[in-house]
Amino acid sequence: MRTVFARMGRPLEMGLKTALAGVAEIAASVLVVVAFTTLVLLVAGAPPLDTFAVLVKGSLGSWSKLSHVIKVWIPLTLASCGLLFTFKAGLWNIGVEGQVMMGAVATTLAMRMGGPSPLAGMVTALALVAGMAGGALWALCAGFLKTKAGVHEIFAGLGLNFVSQGLVLWLIFGPWKQPGIASMSGTETFDERLWIPSIEALNLSPAALGMAVAAVIVTAYLLSSTRLGLYLRAVGGNEKAAVLFGLKPHAVMTAAMLCAGGLAGLAGAFQVSGVYHRLIPAISSGYGYLALLVVLLAYYNVWAAPVVAFFFACLNTGAIQLPMLLSLDSSLSGVIQGSMVIAALAVHSVSTRSRRSRG
Amino acid sequence: MTIALRSIHKHYGDIRANDGIDLVLRPSTVHGILGENGAGKSTLMKILSGYVRKTSGTILVDSEEVDFKNPAEAASHGIGMLYQDPLDFPPLTVLENFMAGQRMKAWPDRSLFRKRLAGLCREMGFDLDPETPVVRLTVGERQQLELARHLAAGRRVLILDEPTTGISSLQKDVLFSALRRLSSGGATVVLVSHKLEDVETLCDEVTVLKKGRVSGSAVRPFSTGALLEMMFGREPAPPLRKGHEPGAQALFLEGVHAHGGRTGLAQCTVKVNRGEVVGLAGLEGSGQDVFLRVAAGLTRPTRGRVHVSRKDMTGRDHHAFKTMGVAFQPAARLEEGLIAGLSVAEHCAILERSSFSLDLDASASLAQERIQSFQVAARPESPVESLSGGNQQRLLLSFLPDDPVLLLLENPTRGLDRESVRWVWERLDAIASNGAAIVFSSSEIDEILMVSDRVLVFFEGRIIHDVRPEDTDALMLGKAIAGRV
Repeated sequence: MRTVFARMGRPLEMGLKTALAGVAEIAASVLVVVAFTTLVLLVAGAPPLDTFAVLVKGSLGSWSKLSHVIKVWIPLTLASCGLLFTFKAGLWNIGVEGQVMMGAVATTLAMRMGGPSPLAGMVTALALVAGMAGGALWALCAGFLKTKAGVHEIFAGLGLNFVSQGLVLWLIFGPWKQPGIASMSGTETFDERLWIPSIEALNLSPAALGMAVAAVIVTAYLLSSTRLGLYLRAVGGNEKAAVLFGLKPHAVMTAAMLCAGGLAGLAGAFQVSGVYHRLIPAISSGYGYLALLVVLLAYYNVWAAPVVAFFFACLNTGAIQLPMLLSLDSSLSGVIQGSMVIAALAVHSVSTRSRRSRG
Repeated sequence: MTIALRSIHKHYGDIRANDGIDLVLRPSTVHGILGENGAGKSTLMKILSGYVRKTSGTILVDSEEVDFKNPAEAASHGIGMLYQDPLDFPPLTVLENFMAGQRMKAWPDRSLFRKRLAGLCREMGFDLDPETPVVRLTVGERQQLELARHLAAGRRVLILDEPTTGISSLQKDVLFSALRRLSSGGATVVLVSHKLEDVETLCDEVTVLKKGRVSGSAVRPFSTGALLEMMFGREPAPPLRKGHEPGAQALFLEGVHAHGGRTGLAQCTVKVNRGEVVGLAGLEGSGQDVFLRVAAGLTRPTRGRVHVSRKDMTGRDHHAFKTMGVAFQPAARLEEGLIAGLSVAEHCAILERSSFSLDLDASASLAQERIQSFQVAARPESPVESLSGGNQQRLLLSFLPDDPVLLLLENPTRGLDRESVRWVWERLDAIASNGAAIVFSSSEIDEILMVSDRVLVFFEGRIIHDVRPEDTDALMLGKAIAGRV
C-alpha cells in the first residue's frame, strides 16, 4: 500500500508549471462549457443565472439533497472504476450499461431466491456478490465475443446492452411480474429486511458509500502498484509487443472485462438493493453510459474519476427541479455533461498540440 | 534556392538534438548530411521541412527569414522531404497518390495527371504503372512516386532521409541518376545518410554532424578517412566474423508455406544448428519477415512442419516457442517491439514476472543495470517512446533472454551507425559462442557478409540461395537478391 500513496504524491512533484497548465486547462474548458450552456439556455428562452442557481441549490442546497447526490455518485463511481480497467487495457467497454443492468438482474434473482429469511443480512450480502457475478459474466460474454469470435468490443457491448434491456423488460412483464398485474413500475418491492441498511433521516446507506470509496482505493492500488495493472497498460499500449514480452493479451483483456463487469454489476446491485428495492425497467438510469463520460473527462485518472462523478451527480440531481421551477427539461444536465466532455477533450488536445510545437 | 541555417537549436528537455548548427544549402548542388545515429541529422531536416519546430535559430530562404509551423508552409516555399518510410496512401493507386495534395478541380481530369506522371517518369527514368495500388509497390518504387509527386508540386529543395535503405542496387542507380539530373537542373538536393558509400557516390558537398553540432565539412573529392574521423573521431575497425562450431539442431523448417508480408513464404526447407549465425538477405519483404515469424510461432504455416530442438512445434503459439528458448525481435521497434507509454523500468517489471504487487524500486535498479550494460542513453523512468531509434534498439537487445536456443532478429542493426553495429555484433557473437543459433535479416549485404556463417537469399517468398560467405561476395549476392542467380 505504501506505493499507492507514494504515487498519489507524484502529482505534487510535477512542478508548479505543469500544475498551473492543468488548472488553466480546466478553467478554459469550464469557461467554454458555461458559455455554450448559456447559449443553449438563451435559445431556449430561460434565464441563465437562475438556471445555474437552481442547479447548485438543487444539488448542494441541503443535507437531504446532498445525500441524493451521493446516491447517484455511488453507482456512477463504481461503474467508472470498472471502466478504468478496460480503458487501460485499450478496450472500449460500451457494454458497461448492460453490465449494470445484469448486476441488478442477478441481485434481484438472489433476493427472490433467498426471500425474507431470518438470515436476511446474509441474503443481502450474497445478493451483492451475485450482482458482481452477473455483471462480470455479462462482461465475459463481450470479452469472449472479442477474443474468440473477433467481434469488436464496441459492437459486442452495444448489442449486449439491447439484449440486457430486453431481458429486464421481459422479466418485469413476464416471470417476475407483480401478482395480478404487470406494470412499468417494476417488480414487487422486496421485504424491508433485505434492503441495505441506511440512515433513516438521510435515506443514505453508509455501507454502500463505504464500498464505493473502497472500490476507488482498490482500483487505484490494482492499477498502479500491481502486476495486473502493469499488464493491462502493457496490452493497452501495444498488444503485439506484449506478446513478445510473454503476455497473453486475450487473457489480460478478459481479466479487464471481469473487473469492469464486476464493478458495474455492483453498481446495479446497489441500484436494486439500496435505491429502488425492486427491479425497474430503467434500473441502470443510464449510469453506465454516463460513467464512460466520467472516465473520459477524468482523463483515465483514478483520483479524478470520483471527483468528476460527484460533479456529474450534482448536475443530475440539481436538474431534477428544473421542470418545476423554470419549466425547463431536466435533460439540460445531459447537455452540460456532454459539452463538458467535448470541451475538455478539445481544450486538452489543443493545449498538448501547442505545447508540443513549442517543444 | 539558397537556404541558410544559422545557429539552429532543438532541445527536448535536457537533450540537445541540435546544438547550434550552421549550414548553407546551395542550388545545383547535392549536399550530403552525414553522421551516426543520434547525431541530429533527422531532427535538423525535420525542422527544415516544417515537421518539427526549432527551439531557436534562424532559417533564411533566399535571404528571407522563415519560420515554418507545419510541413505545408515549408512546401509552399518549395521544400519537400522524402521520409525513410514513404508517407503515402497504400490502398490508393499510384496515380491517385500522385494526384493527392496537388491543386485540382473537384472533379479532376485524371488523364491530365496521368500524362504529367508519365512525363516525369520518362524524364527521371522511373518505371511506375499508374493503376497499381501502392501497397503492392516496393519501397524503392514508392520513393520514386514520392519524388515525382514533389516535383509535380514544384518543389525545388528535396530532402531525402536515408533513401537507400531497403531498396535494390538497381533502384539506387536510378534514384541517384535522377537526383543528379535534378541537381544539374538547378534544384537543391539534400541527402541524409550514415552510409559513406552513398555520400561519396552522389554528393558534391558534405556536412558532418556529431552530437548535435557540425563536426566538419568537405567538398568532392572526399577522403574517406577524413570523413570517418569527423563522424566518429577515429576510424572504426570493421567487425570480425569468428567461425562458430555448429552444435545440435535448433530449427528445422520442413516444406513450410505461409501467408503474410508482401510475398508470403513458399517451399521453405531449412535447418539451422546451434552456434550458427545465419543472415537472411534479399529485398525487404521477400519472405524474410514471414520466415522469422513462422520460426517464432507468431505466424502459423499453411503447410509444412516447424521443429525447434527436434521437437515438432507446428501450430503452437509464440509462448510455447518462448519456453523452448526462442526469442524474436521485430524491426518496427515502437510498433511491435516496445510498449509506448511504459517506462524502461516497467518493461523490466513485465519480464520479471515475480509477485503480484509491483516492486518498482527493484525494477528500477534492474533497469539501471540493463541500461548500463547496453549503453542505453535513458533513465529507468524514461518512457520508451522518448528514446532515439538507436537507443530503442539497444534497449530491445537488452531484453533478450540470457541463455537462448534460437534468436530471430529482424533488421537488428537497422538505422544504427557503424560503431553501434559493431558493438551489437560483439554482443550477439558472444551469445552465439554460448551455443545459441542466430537468424537475422538485414538489407546491408556487407553486414551479412561480415557476421554470418551462412547466408540465405530470399526472392519472391522463396529461398533461392544457401551459401557460406567465403563462397560468395557482395556482387554475387546483389545479383541473387535481384533474382539473377
